[in-house]
Amino acid sequence: MSLSAEREATTSEAAAEISGRWSSLAKELLATRRVVIGLAIILGLIAMAWIGPMLSPWGFDERDFTAFRSPPTADHWFGTGNTGRDVFHMTMVGLQKSILIGLCAALFTTVIAALVGAFAGYYLGFTDRALMWVTDLFLVLPQFLILAILYPVLRDQGWLVFVLLLACLMWMVTAKMVRGMTISLKEREYVLAARYMGVSHGRIILRHILPNMSSLLIVDATINVSSAIILETALSYFGFGIQPPDVTLGSLIAEGSRQALAFPWTFWFCTGLLIVLVLAVNLVGDGLRDALDPHSKSRT
Amino acid sequence: MSATSGTAAAEQEQTGAARGPDGVEPPVLEVRDLEVSFPGGRGNAGVTAVRGVSYEVRRGEILGIVGESGSGKSVSSLAAIGLLPDYAQVKGSIRLHGEELLGLDDRTMARKRGHAISMVFQDPLSGLTPVYTVGDQVAEAVRVHNPQISRAAAHKRAVELLTLVGIPDAERRQRSFPHEFSGGMRQRVMIAIAIANDPDVIICDEPTTALDVTIQAQILEVLKAAQRETGAAIVMITHDLGVVAGLVDRVQVMYAGRLVETGTVDDVYYRTRMPYTMGLLGSVPRLDQDEKSPLIPIKGNPPSLTDMPPGCPFAPRCPIAVEACDAGEPPLEQVGGEGHRAACIRAGEIESNSWTAHDVYPVSEIAHDPVSQVPREDRGTVLRVEGLAKHHPLMRGALFKRRVGTVYAVDGLSFDIREGETLGLVGESGCGKSSTLMEILSLDKPQQGTVEVLGKESGRLSNRERFDVRRDVQVVFQDPMSSLDPRMRVFEIIAEPLRTHGYAKDRIRSRVLELMELVGLDGSAVTRSPAEFSGGQRQRIGIARALALEPKLLVLDEPVSALDVSIQAGVINLLEELKARLGLSYLFVAHDLSVVRHIADRVAVMYLGKIVEIGDVQSIYRRPTHPYTKALLSAIPLPDPEKERRREHIVLQGDLPNPADPPSGCRFRTRCQKFAVLSEDDRSACREREPELRHRVEGAADQAAACHYADTEGSR
Amino acid sequence: MAKFLVRRLLSYLVLIFLASSIAYLIAATTLSPRAYFEQQQPPPSDQAIERQLDKLNLNPETPLAERYATWVAGVAVGDFGQTITDQSVNEAIARKAGVSLRLIVAGTVIGATLGVAMGAYAAVRQYGRFDRVTTVAAFFLLAVPAVVVAVTLQVIAVWINDVSGMRLLEYGGEYSANLDAGFWGTLLDRVQHAILPTMALSLSLFAAFSRYQRNMMLDVLGSDFVRTAMAKGLTRRAAMIKHALRTALIPTITYFTFTFGILIANATFTEKIFGWHGMGAWVVDSISTQDVNAVAAVTFFMAVCVMAASFLSDVLYAWLDPRVRVS
Repeated sequence: MSLSAEREATTSEAAAEISGRWSSLAKELLATRRVVIGLAIILGLIAMAWIGPMLSPWGFDERDFTAFRSPPTADHWFGTGNTGRDVFHMTMVGLQKSILIGLCAALFTTVIAALVGAFAGYYLGFTDRALMWVTDLFLVLPQFLILAILYPVLRDQGWLVFVLLLACLMWMVTAKMVRGMTISLKEREYVLAARYMGVSHGRIILRHILPNMSSLLIVDATINVSSAIILETALSYFGFGIQPPDVTLGSLIAEGSRQALAFPWTFWFCTGLLIVLVLAVNLVGDGLRDALDPHSKSRT
Repeated sequence: MSATSGTAAAEQEQTGAARGPDGVEPPVLEVRDLEVSFPGGRGNAGVTAVRGVSYEVRRGEILGIVGESGSGKSVSSLAAIGLLPDYAQVKGSIRLHGEELLGLDDRTMARKRGHAISMVFQDPLSGLTPVYTVGDQVAEAVRVHNPQISRAAAHKRAVELLTLVGIPDAERRQRSFPHEFSGGMRQRVMIAIAIANDPDVIICDEPTTALDVTIQAQILEVLKAAQRETGAAIVMITHDLGVVAGLVDRVQVMYAGRLVETGTVDDVYYRTRMPYTMGLLGSVPRLDQDEKSPLIPIKGNPPSLTDMPPGCPFAPRCPIAVEACDAGEPPLEQVGGEGHRAACIRAGEIESNSWTAHDVYPVSEIAHDPVSQVPREDRGTVLRVEGLAKHHPLMRGALFKRRVGTVYAVDGLSFDIREGETLGLVGESGCGKSSTLMEILSLDKPQQGTVEVLGKESGRLSNRERFDVRRDVQVVFQDPMSSLDPRMRVFEIIAEPLRTHGYAKDRIRSRVLELMELVGLDGSAVTRSPAEFSGGQRQRIGIARALALEPKLLVLDEPVSALDVSIQAGVINLLEELKARLGLSYLFVAHDLSVVRHIADRVAVMYLGKIVEIGDVQSIYRRPTHPYTKALLSAIPLPDPEKERRREHIVLQGDLPNPADPPSGCRFRTRCQKFAVLSEDDRSACREREPELRHRVEGAADQAAACHYADTEGSR
Repeated sequence: MAKFLVRRLLSYLVLIFLASSIAYLIAATTLSPRAYFEQQQPPPSDQAIERQLDKLNLNPETPLAERYATWVAGVAVGDFGQTITDQSVNEAIARKAGVSLRLIVAGTVIGATLGVAMGAYAAVRQYGRFDRVTTVAAFFLLAVPAVVVAVTLQVIAVWINDVSGMRLLEYGGEYSANLDAGFWGTLLDRVQHAILPTMALSLSLFAAFSRYQRNMMLDVLGSDFVRTAMAKGLTRRAAMIKHALRTALIPTITYFTFTFGILIANATFTEKIFGWHGMGAWVVDSISTQDVNAVAAVTFFMAVCVMAASFLSDVLYAWLDPRVRVS
């Protein structure tokens, strides 16, 4: 891609500049309390998800035949499930997967949305009509239904396929926003200036248009993380989500919800963690919007 | 909040009567030691925007407050009407008819706003609520203070008010929404709202800044009429020394949140005692000056209000600053005539030596470029435009889009630019000057006509050739905020054209530094982002980028209209210098005829997509022959109170006609002051035949106008 | 104007048709109706299965194109075929669509109205106690999956019923079967059943709308026209309500279209969890029962809903914003 080539060419002389740009951005973000709190929680959850299983005395598949459906004890921190598996260990593994699904799906979604939206908005005319028509079509398709039908067929391909499917069904709204932004950015004088000095269209999109809505994209990516996690939960509830042996917070919640009254530990621990995770992500997204988006000039 | 002293309280008692005991009418609005600060938060330092401002206005008086952006002039007026945000801290005293306004609660203040004191804001575009009709919005202003009035009566009054401010066919048009009105019309509506309840004070915050000169002239007339009608005192806030010159009685100059010079207009303009005011007056390009002399730029930028130096805030930019200036802020003291006060410790010296701006400010001579000695005919043609036309479909509705007509944005335009020449393209907004630029710069085949850049016709270029031609034609845009990519460093911005055209890496680096120096910026600043520069500096970066590829022709799209006057002067001087040094040709698009007079060799005046008059600057400004050129020139206020009072302004009627439906024959006839006095027979020519652009004045070889009845007296 | 409406409706029709077709094709290739019959007790004979499959136009032996053509031919005359249990899909739609629509409309109206009102008020009182409370509530609700909301509501309902010793709130089905309590009794019964599902649906909608409306309000609060309104003599509050809120409603309309898809998905979960026999519950069931025709029909219904919502928001938009009206 020309963008990366460009970067490479200038790194020697511009290394200081680039780091300067990112460090100023980081400084701005760290000044927003919500972002800091949210990030801290997310980092804590990530650490917990990957370190937790190592601390747990029980293995992932291991069954404790002495304790079926045991409430939390010193031995089983979150209790055990129907088959005597350690709920803590399963929850941590589920947390890992949920975080991964959220992050990957958001990344793919944002990339698709940015490309579709930027190209449609930049070229307008036929390109725009075609791309927007496809976008509308995807909007009309009930995503839940398509996922529910398709994923069971593709489940053997692993959870990444699921993530891709999720991304394919979530990009439309962002793409429309990106398109709107592009149309207004396109008329900016610095874009005109680039055009009149002979910079190619593709490069204008990559060098001028997309970087200038990075705030929108970052904010939206954050929100997509939580949407993906929540959508996955809903699908898992009906058994259309991630399939065993993989577990996610969603599949655990689905299993636990059926016995939420009788054995609350199977339901509330994973639910609580999921809520904390999504809450933290939303907190970061909201804080980012305030810090990055010049349009929401709301708070001082 | 306010500390009303004993004497002030006594005064307050007296002001109950209409007149004070000494026969002088008491002021309607009295502001004393106003101080406004915005507390900082989360890493931002607090800002004190207004630091001890006092003024008063009496019935029927017009007070001008002049200052550049950030001088605190708008904040002080918003404080007066009680519309500052809650977190602003206001100290001092603001009294309306002797009654203290500071500290009143919102409900009490709301009863005064729009009733006793009202305001006209700068931007008529966003000043009216988009979802209500203008009639409703005017009627609302009536009803909010007279709740007993019936809805119908309020609307009747609204129509009256709209008629008063000059909205034709108000009965019907009151049902229009704000977006259906032009900028000038909206500003009239704002004035109608402001005068709806016969206020005693009207504060006008840059009421004409966003408008074209001919519309500005109309609005100023409306304001005068409104004042006659209501007898209100007017506080006129503006950055334009011309607007104030002929209109106001007294003037106050603000700098960095303080008053630096106050007095009657004549005192301030002719007996200036404060170097800042001198600089302001000297930096304005003058329409009434033949001689080309460099403008007076005030170097540097206004101080940031967050950390003010202890001394005179203007000292760092002042050419005659001495050490004592940094000791403390000079008080506003009496100099010369009554009421004339200035805040400068050297004011006495200035007075006794009767220094003028040219004595105070060092002026560098601009080198004359050698090309200008060669006769025009012998120079090569850089740009030739023949019969250029650009029509685009007019769409209506955001949701249900449909084509409702064709906009004749550019309709048969011909001109050429020779080497080393500057052509000024002037006209009001909507006349097609920007469309013309875009057509030229796109280098695509125009819909009609031809564009020839350095002998190459733009419709017939291969992609490779077009890419090469782009080196020779570069552009500088109007808005220094949006013409530089905010996400890039200055180095990347200036290097972009070089990279695009395949310069070697080490050459790019040296070239960028060279360009920074050329436009008068520090080379070490290349690692910063555009946001860290002021408007004038950003415009210089834009110029550096445009010059990177050593173009022959520079297209300048209103390059200085977004800048403060003192900064503007520096950029104009730079452009002139660069032209002389590098032998450039300019296509200079502007709406400001005084700037064009200053910088251009030739001028083309556009109206509705056509050139109505073209010729060399001397001829056109001395003896305009087209009625539109005359009106444009006449509408520009001069920063010279004497001349301004003597001048007769030609105020054109109405707005620019819809470019989708231009009038038949001569497009200007609907607003033409000449057409209005023609006999019915003579008018038919205007209606039926489109006038050609022809030489009409003998002796002026390079002047042509498109008018059947162009003024040619003196030659026949 | 009429021409535009016709053109827009036409493009809607094409989109709806394509969406249903895609759903049909995906379902027809991936679901296996044969498996459904094979696991029946007692297992029918192969011939019987084959016959049944052919009859329902579900036989994977028939080329996909042919099955699709048969389906399209049916749809063209308004017949969506038979369900896997050999009942008319059309009849099922007629029975179930109303259930879903009632839920969706009630949930949307309640959730959006409350959200807009509270978001707007929170913006006017930015950083006040009300603002803080609604912000926290909205944040929390947005983080809770619809499924969990529904389950939690059920848990709460059980608790309330226990405490009060009466069946105040119902959480299964749309109405009690075989109830004979006259008009008012039936109405009460319906309301008892409807409270929880409607709440489940409107809570998340409320959270999203209150956040959005708050941000939109904050964006207009500083606008020039609000300042003009105050300069006229309106109090801050009057200017907020008359000028700021009215203008800030416009972008919310667009937002409504965007969220409608999510709303429909949420309705699916809600129906399923509360045992309402609406379209959403049907689609979950029909996927489990490998019911291709039902899946396509539900897709059709949902596409119609999305398009109707989009059309409605266009109309609302034009009604609220004079700038987009064609004069």
